[in-house]
Amino acid sequence: MISNLDYGTLQHIWWILCSVVGSLFLFLTFVQGGNTLLWQMAKNDAENALIINSLGRKWELTFTTLVLFGGALFAAFPKFYATSFGGAYWVWMLILFTFILQAVSFEFRKKPGNLLGAKTYEFFLLINGTVGVLLIGAAVGTFFTGSNFSLNAYNQVTWTHPLRGLEAAFSLFNLSMGLFLVFNARVLGAMYLLNNIDFTAMNGFEARLRKAVWINFLCALPFLLYLLVSLLMMQGFSVDATGVVSMVANKYLQNLLAMPMVLCLLLVGLILVVLAVFGTVFKAGTKGIWLAGLGTVFVGLALFFTAGFNHTPFYPSKADLQSSLTIINASSSRYTLMAMTYVALGIPFVLAYVAYVWSQMDSRKLTAHEIATEEGY
Amino acid sequence: MIDVDLSLVNWSRAQFALTAMYHWIFVPLTLGLSVLCAMFESIYVRTGEEKWKVLTRFWMTLFGINFAIGVATGIILEFEFGTNWSNYSWMVGDIFGAPLAVEGIFAFFLEATFFAVMFFGWERVSKKFHLFSTWMVAFGSNLSALWILVANAWMQYPTGMAFNPETARFEMENFWAVLFSPVAMSKFTHATSSGFVLASLFVVAISSWYLLKNRHIELAKKSIMVASVFGLLASAYVGFTGDEAAFEDAQKQPMKLAAFEGLYKGQQSADLVVLGMINTEKEPDDDQSPFHYAIKIPGLLSLLANRDPDSFVPGIDDLVYGNSTQKVMGVAEKMKLGQQAVANLASFKQARQEKDDAAASAALTQFSTNKEFLGYGYLSKPEEAVPSVSIAFYSFHIMVILGTFFPALFLAFLYFTIKGTIAKQRWLLPFGLLSFFLGHVAQQTGWILAEVGRQPWAIQGLLPVKMATTNLGAGNVQATFFMFLAVFTLLLLAEIKIMVKQIAIGPEGLQNDLKS
Ligand code: HDD
Ligand code: HEM
Ligand code: HEM
Repeated sequence: MISNLDYGTLQHIWWILCSVVGSLFLFLTFVQGGNTLLWQMAKNDAENALIINSLGRKWELTFTTLVLFGGALFAAFPKFYATSFGGAYWVWMLILFTFILQAVSFEFRKKPGNLLGAKTYEFFLLINGTVGVLLIGAAVGTFFTGSNFSLNAYNQVTWTHPLRGLEAAFSLFNLSMGLFLVFNARVLGAMYLLNNIDFTAMNGFEARLRKAVWINFLCALPFLLYLLVSLLMMQGFSVDATGVVSMVANKYLQNLLAMPMVLCLLLVGLILVVLAVFGTVFKAGTKGIWLAGLGTVFVGLALFFTAGFNHTPFYPSKADLQSSLTIINASSSRYTLMAMTYVALGIPFVLAYVAYVWSQMDSRKLTAHEIATEEGY
Repeated sequence: MIDVDLSLVNWSRAQFALTAMYHWIFVPLTLGLSVLCAMFESIYVRTGEEKWKVLTRFWMTLFGINFAIGVATGIILEFEFGTNWSNYSWMVGDIFGAPLAVEGIFAFFLEATFFAVMFFGWERVSKKFHLFSTWMVAFGSNLSALWILVANAWMQYPTGMAFNPETARFEMENFWAVLFSPVAMSKFTHATSSGFVLASLFVVAISSWYLLKNRHIELAKKSIMVASVFGLLASAYVGFTGDEAAFEDAQKQPMKLAAFEGLYKGQQSADLVVLGMINTEKEPDDDQSPFHYAIKIPGLLSLLANRDPDSFVPGIDDLVYGNSTQKVMGVAEKMKLGQQAVANLASFKQARQEKDDAAASAALTQFSTNKEFLGYGYLSKPEEAVPSVSIAFYSFHIMVILGTFFPALFLAFLYFTIKGTIAKQRWLLPFGLLSFFLGHVAQQTGWILAEVGRQPWAIQGLLPVKMATTNLGAGNVQATFFMFLAVFTLLLLAEIKIMVKQIAIGPEGLQNDLKS
C-alpha cells in the first residue's frame, strides 16, 4: 500500500510526522520548565531532591525526542536540515550547548567529587530551561517571519546576516514565541511535578507549585495573545502552482480558514490548556499535565500545519523569496520517503512501550523516603 | 559553486574530529558495559544471591556516569552534519539521513526508556522486568551503533544509490543495499566487539586496582571472571572482524589500504609490514624508500588483502598515476573524466535554466558516460587523493599490536582466576590497570585510521571534504571549536573525578549509603 502512495502524499505524511515529533517535544519540555522551577520552588533539600529526581526520570525522553526531530527532518527534508542548521549556525549551536550541559547535570549534580559543585549543575539546568527553550521558540518563529538566506543553483546556502541566526531572537514575534514556550514549559513542569510527587508531610510545597501554574500561565498569556493576533494579521509567504513565492496579506489567517481542521486543533488545544490550568489551580487536580500536554501537542500541530500546508513555504527566506523552502522542494526523493514510511510503521509500537514503561514506573508517586533509600540523583 | 576557504574546511574537520573523538571515549564503554551489566544481573536473577546484586549495582552506577556524558557528546554530532557539512547533508541527506532517523526511532528510544527502569526501577517493577530492561538498554545501545555505523560505512563505500542530475544530488535506490553493505557489516561487528573489549578492560582494570589495594576481593574476583571470559571471546572476534575490515578496505578503498601499509609501489605477493618507521620525506613517485626501517612478512599482505598470497596489491603510485599492466586506473585519468562530468553537469543546468531541452539532453548523455568520476573533477591535483600515510600507518599498527596484546592479557587473568591465585599475581595486576588506557588508545587510533584514511573524501570517490562544508566564516567554526574543547574537557574532567571517587567509595560504600 505504502509503495503506491504518490510523491505529494508522502511529502504531506512526512510533514505530519515531523510535526508530531516536534509537538511531542514541546509537550516534553515540561522537563525544561521544571528545570527552571527548581530554584524558586524548592525551599529545602528534600524538595530540591524531589524535583530533580522527578524530572531526572524523564529528561532522556525529551532529549531523545529532540534528537529524533533532527533525524526525521534530516531524512525527510534534508534541504531544510542543511539550510537551517548550516545557515542559522549560532542559534542551533547555542541551543545544543544548553542541552549538552543539561545532559550531564542530573547525573553529576549530587555525586561526590563532581568538580563544579551542585549549584553549578543546577545553573546548567536553569540555562537549558530558559535560553534553550527561548531560542527554540525563536527558531520556530522564523517559520512565519522568515530568515536571511539565499540558495545558489546547487542549493548551497549563503546566510545574509552576520549574526547567523541569532538575529531571529530580536524580532518581537519570534521573541514572543520563545517567551511563550518558556512560560508554557514552566506551566507544564509544575503540573508534571504535581502529578508525580507524593506531598505527604511536605509543607506548602504543593501549594507553591499550584501557584506557579497560575502565575506562569498569566505570564504566558500576553505573549500568546500577541502571537495569535500577529499571526492572523501578518503578511505571510505563499507559493503558487509554478513554485513562485510571494507575500500575501493575512496568509496564515487564510490557511486556518482553508483548513478548518487545523483551526479546530488550535482552538481545542488552547481550550485544553486553559481547562488544565483552571482544574489544577482551582479544583486541586493533579492530572492537569495530561490535558495541558495534549493541548500543547494540538497547538504545536496547528502551528506546524499552518506553516507548512496550503501552499505555504515552511522555511521562508526574507532575503530571497525564491529560495524559500516548501515541503515539496525541500523533501527527499520519493524512494527515501517511501522507505522511511515503512520504518515509521514502528512508531506506534515505540509509543506503546514508552507509555507502558511510563505507567509502570509512575504507578506510585515519588516520595522523599524513596530517594533517600533507593537509587536517586 | 562557492569558492572554498581551506582554513574553514580544516577547522570544520578539526571540530568534527574533536567532537567525534570525545564521543567515542564514552560510547564503546557504554556498548560493552551495558552488556556486562546485563550479564551480571542475569547471574543475580539466576542465583538470587545478594552479592551479585551489589556487584551489578556497582557497575551500573559507573555505567550511568559514563552514559550521561556519552549522550551529552552525542547530540552535537547529529546536528553537526547540518551545521558544518550542510552541502554534504543536502547532497546525500536522502541516504545518510535515513539511518540516523531509524536510529532515533528505534535505538535511542529503547535506551532512553529502559534506562530509567534500569536505574530507578529496582523497587518499582518486577525482578524479571528489571532484568529485561537492562538487556533492552544493552540491545538499544548496540542497535544505535548499527545505524550510525551503517551511515558511516556508506561514506566509506557508497552503494544503493544513484546521482540525480536534475537535483544534483545522490538519491537512495535500495535501502537494503545500504543496510547490508559488506562494509557496514564489518564496521558494525568490529566496532561493537571492540566496545566489548574496552568494557572488559574497564572491569578488569578496576578489579585489579581493588586487588592491589586488598579491597572488595570477592567482588573483584567475580567481576574478573565474567569480564575476562567476555573480553577473551570479544577480542578474538575483534581480530576476526578487523581482518574483514582490512579485506573490505583492499576491495573498496585500496588507497586507504596502501596508506596504512605504507605501500607505494604495488607488488605481486606483497609483504605485510609488522613494524616500521615511516620516512616522512617520501612523496609519491620519488625514489626514496617509504620506511627508515621495517620488519616485513613476505606475501602476507596479498593474502590479507585478496585472500590470495600471490595476488597483486596496488600501491599509492599505481593508484595515483595508473598502472596499465595491472589495469589500475590512476587518479590523474579519473580527474580528466571527472572534470568533463563537472562541465557537462554545468551545461546541463544551464540548458535547463534556458529551457533548451535538446541541449539539456545532449549534456545529460555526455554526463552519464563520466558521472562516476564526478567527485574527481573537484580535486586540484592527483596527489591530493593520497591521505596522510604516517597517520594511517601508525594508527593501524598501534591498533593491531594492541589487538594482539589484549587477548593474551584476558587469557592470563582468566587462567589465574580459575587457579584461584589472581590476587597474588602482583606483577600482572598493574598490566590490568594500565590496559584500560591502552584500550582507549586502540579505540581512538582505529577511528583515526578509518577517517583520516578516507581523506580527501567525505564520501569515498564522490564528494571531497572541501565541497561538503557549510559556507561559514572560518571564525565561527573556530569559536565553536574552542567552546567544544573547553566544555567537553571540563565535563570529561568532572566525569573522571566522579568515577574515581565512586570507585574509591566502592560497592559496599554505595550499599551503606543507600541504607543510611
Ligand atoms: C579495542 C579496540 C580495537 C582493537 C583491539 C582493534 N580494533 Fe580495529 N578498529 C577499532 C577498534 C579496535 C574501532 C575503533 O572500532 C574501528 C574504527 C572504525 C571502525 O569501524 O572500527 C576500527 C577500525 C579498523 C579498520 C579500519 C576500517 C575502515 O576502513 O574503516 C581496520 C582495517 C581494522 N580496524 C583492523 C583491525 C585489526 C586487523 C585488528 C587486530 C586485531 C584490530 N583492528 C584491532
Ligand atoms: C565516534 C567515532 C568517530 C571518530 C573518533 C571519528 C573521527 C574522525 C576524524 C579524526 C575526522 C577528521 C578526519 C580528517 O579530516 O582528516 C572525522 C571526520 C569526519 N567524520 Fe568521523 N569519526 C567517528 C565516527 C564517525 C561516524 C559514525 C560518522 C558518520 C556517521 C562520521 C563522519 C565524519 C564526517 C562527516 C567527517 C568530516 C569530513 C571529513 O573530514 O572527512 N564519523 N572523524
Ligand atoms: C561509531 C560511531 C558511534 C556509535 C557506535 C555511537 C553510539 C552511541 C551510543 C551507544 C549512544 C548512547 C549514549 C552513550 O552511552 O554514549 C550514543 C549517543 C548519541 N549519539 Fe552516538 N555513536 C556514534 C557516533 C555518533 C555520530 C557520528 C552521531 C551523529 C549523528 C551520533 C549521535 C548521537 C546522539 C545524538 C546521541 C544521544 C542520543 C540519546 O540517547 O538521546 N553518534 N551514540
